[in-house]
Amino acid sequence: MDNTGALSEQMRAIPLENFIMLSLILFSIGVMGILMRRNLIVVFLSIELMLNSINLMAAAFSSYHNDPQGQAFVFFIMVVAAAEVAVGLAMLVMIYRNTKSIDINSLDKLKW
Amino acid sequence: MSEIFFYALSAIAIACSLLMLFQRNAMYSVLYLLVCFFAVAGLYIMLNAQFLAVVHIIVYAGAIMVLFLYVLMFLNLNTPAAFTKTNFLRMAAIMTGGSLFLLLFASFYKSELVEMPMPVTNTTGDVQTLGKVLFNEFLIPFELTSVLFLSAMVGVIIMNKKDKANG
Amino acid sequence: MSQNTLNIITLLIPALPLLGFFIHIFFKNKISEKLAGIHASMWVALSFVLSLVLFNQLQSVEVIHVQLCNWFSVGGLTIPFAFQIDHLSIVMMMVITGVGSLIHVYSIGYMHGDEGFNRFFSYLNLFIFFMLTLVMANNYILMFVGWEGVGLCSYLLIGFWYKNQEYNKAANKAFIMNRIGDLAMLFGLFLLFQYAGTLTFDGVNESVSRIVPDENMLTAITILLFIGACGKSAQLPLYTWLPDAMAGPTPVSALIHAATMVTAGIYMIVRSNLLFSLAPFTLEIIMVVGIVTAIFAGSIALKQNDIKKVLAYSTVSQLGLMFFAIGVGAYEAAMFHLITHAFFKALLFLSAGSVIHGLGGEQDIRKMGGLDKRMKITHWVFGFGVLAIMAVPPFSGFFSKDSILIAAYHISPVLWVIGLFAGLLTAYYMMRVYAVVFRGDERMSAEVSKHIHESPRVITTPLIVLTVLAIFGGLLNIPHLFGGNKMMMHYLSPVVPMDEKHMAMNTEIMLMIIASVAIFLTIYFAHLKYKIKKTVPEADAQITGFGKVLNHKYYIDELYNAIVVKPLNMFGNFLYKIIDLQVIDGFVNGTARFSAYCSSQLKNIQTGAVSFYLFAMALGMVGILLLIILM
Repeated sequence: MDNTGALSEQMRAIPLENFIMLSLILFSIGVMGILMRRNLIVVFLSIELMLNSINLMAAAFSSYHNDPQGQAFVFFIMVVAAAEVAVGLAMLVMIYRNTKSIDINSLDKLKW
Repeated sequence: MSEIFFYALSAIAIACSLLMLFQRNAMYSVLYLLVCFFAVAGLYIMLNAQFLAVVHIIVYAGAIMVLFLYVLMFLNLNTPAAFTKTNFLRMAAIMTGGSLFLLLFASFYKSELVEMPMPVTNTTGDVQTLGKVLFNEFLIPFELTSVLFLSAMVGVIIMNKKDKANG
Repeated sequence: MSQNTLNIITLLIPALPLLGFFIHIFFKNKISEKLAGIHASMWVALSFVLSLVLFNQLQSVEVIHVQLCNWFSVGGLTIPFAFQIDHLSIVMMMVITGVGSLIHVYSIGYMHGDEGFNRFFSYLNLFIFFMLTLVMANNYILMFVGWEGVGLCSYLLIGFWYKNQEYNKAANKAFIMNRIGDLAMLFGLFLLFQYAGTLTFDGVNESVSRIVPDENMLTAITILLFIGACGKSAQLPLYTWLPDAMAGPTPVSALIHAATMVTAGIYMIVRSNLLFSLAPFTLEIIMVVGIVTAIFAGSIALKQNDIKKVLAYSTVSQLGLMFFAIGVGAYEAAMFHLITHAFFKALLFLSAGSVIHGLGGEQDIRKMGGLDKRMKITHWVFGFGVLAIMAVPPFSGFFSKDSILIAAYHISPVLWVIGLFAGLLTAYYMMRVYAVVFRGDERMSAEVSKHIHESPRVITTPLIVLTVLAIFGGLLNIPHLFGGNKMMMHYLSPVVPMDEKHMAMNTEIMLMIIASVAIFLTIYFAHLKYKIKKTVPEADAQITGFGKVLNHKYYIDELYNAIVVKPLNMFGNFLYKIIDLQVIDGFVNGTARFSAYCSSQLKNIQTGAVSFYLFAMALGMVGILLLIILM
């Protein structure tokens, strides 16, 4: 508890923009990952990366504005991400069972 | 001092995520992302979001990534698969991502962010503060998350039940 | 009689034939032939009786107005569904219902055995209804409703035997030529409304006498109305439909194209006499057109060999005389001639029908002859009809034609001569027909000759009644010369201003004598040629010279065909082949093809590959962000 003051003083040197930049870079890397890879696993991982970047930005804002609501929001994003991963991986297992591959384009019957 | 930490941690995060993208082996990608998450957890600690950092490690590194690894090993998917689509598409993907980044950067640049250093007495991130917020303003969403998990669980179980007819 | 009873009677008069029409719609062919014929004739006969009752009542009341309801009110124009019974309309009503009921009775016999028997009577009833509406209306628009309605019934009845394509074409021709006239009449009505601000007869008359007359406007209005009358009453140049209309059954020709519909034009002009009197230029045109038509049609009739066609051209010619009378300002003379013409022309048509019926359908006069011994009653009635139309004294035609000629003499003696010439033509061709059909040797085939029989009583009785009317019809309007007091002229005076020009007794007697002598001479010449010398008209191939031109009706039909019909057909063909098929269909189909093409190109987006969808999503996101940033 005592150290918070010292930590905060030191943190004053890092402006908020840095955190935002970092978040943006991570987000763009996540988008690139989705578009680039064909492996379903890696696509899911990229989605997780995107969610994380947003978490980081929300937490940064909440710290710098001294408003705990941002962190509560991060909390909920994490909840949703966890549930989504569970369901998504279950679906991946089903896809693998049906098509024996986890290529993202393996299910392509729903076309014109 | 903290600047060094910050730049190091962010470098690790970015590098690991990039490495994650370009791995052939899916297992390596998962592991790289794991490291990336640890770096992000470190950043959380720097932001004085203690509870969040711990929860981050427990949930992401401890549960989600482990789940990924389970599925990978369960289905024996760690054989290196074909990398990606054609070079052209790779370029296109990189360019799209890059343009998205540029856009966001441009909009961020144009926005007028108030110069705001971190406050001295930063009590956000303490468990007490976070708890108070969660159980006062965000009570209903908090309760609803349990319902969310329940439905996710039920959904997963039903999805993967073996059909009696197919067997 | 109370006003209420009068109203009811007035409304019943057109309602009864309409009821007959509706009975047919509901019962169609479930009624027997006899019942259909009897009930249809009964309605018209009842209307006639009611008209007589009203005629009686009109001695005390001058006009009967009955308003059913307000039809529409738009801008400054208010048109009621209202009837106006005054002296002019009651005269027309009695003629229509009287002659109409006789023709209904006649048709029971004539159309016996026809498969469309019931339908025929329903059309006849509908026609009587519309004609009554025409003459009973109190405003121009309701009259126009009746005008169009009789045109419709004429079309239905001419093309009654619709299985024959030629008859259908004749019906089309009648309707279309009528429409041309109707268009002009509508324009006239538009202008009239603009001029007078109202379209009821009383309103128009009142405003015309109130407003300072604008002669150009009135001339335009009256000329347009006259063109409408030309279409309906078959004057030059819109007359060619009438001879072709002989394709319909003979009772139709008698009723519509002799006694009633074609007189609608005359009625309209007499009704609007105030307008026409203020436009002397139009009256001159009417006079010229009338007399030219009379002579033109009369000359054609000299060389026609179908008995009905002769009578058709004779009708055109007599109508021309009526218009001629209007043109010289003698409105009541025109009405008088209208009535006597209805009598003897209906008589002539019906007896011609009797001849055709007796000969089993033969209409060519070259194949008739010697019928005076085989069909006695028909011979006598036809003979009296011929005497009447030839204006032989003392039959009805003499008095009516003479009143027209006298009125013409007041304007100029030259006109009297020309009118007399038209009368002489009439005498010649009627005598020719009579002699060739009824006298001389029998020229029909042996087969037909065996089956000749006098027509049944249901046919001959109306003929006899009409004969009596044709003989004594002149009593309606005997001039002062003979001690009469011009009853009809006085009777019509509330509607048609009296124009009693006085002429020295001597002049009048002299003119009459000259006219009669001329007519007798013409009859004698015709008698000489066709009866004594027993000349028979040549076969078609042998006609030469001017006679050929007359036989081919001055080639007017061919002329119209080339000038009007062919270009219209070509134009229609052009519109169809090029504009409709290529341009419009091309445009519409092209739009459909274009959208189908677009969708067939767009469907390629659905590749089914998730990665492509993700790509699209990312691109969309970039696009939206770009838009937001740029805005």
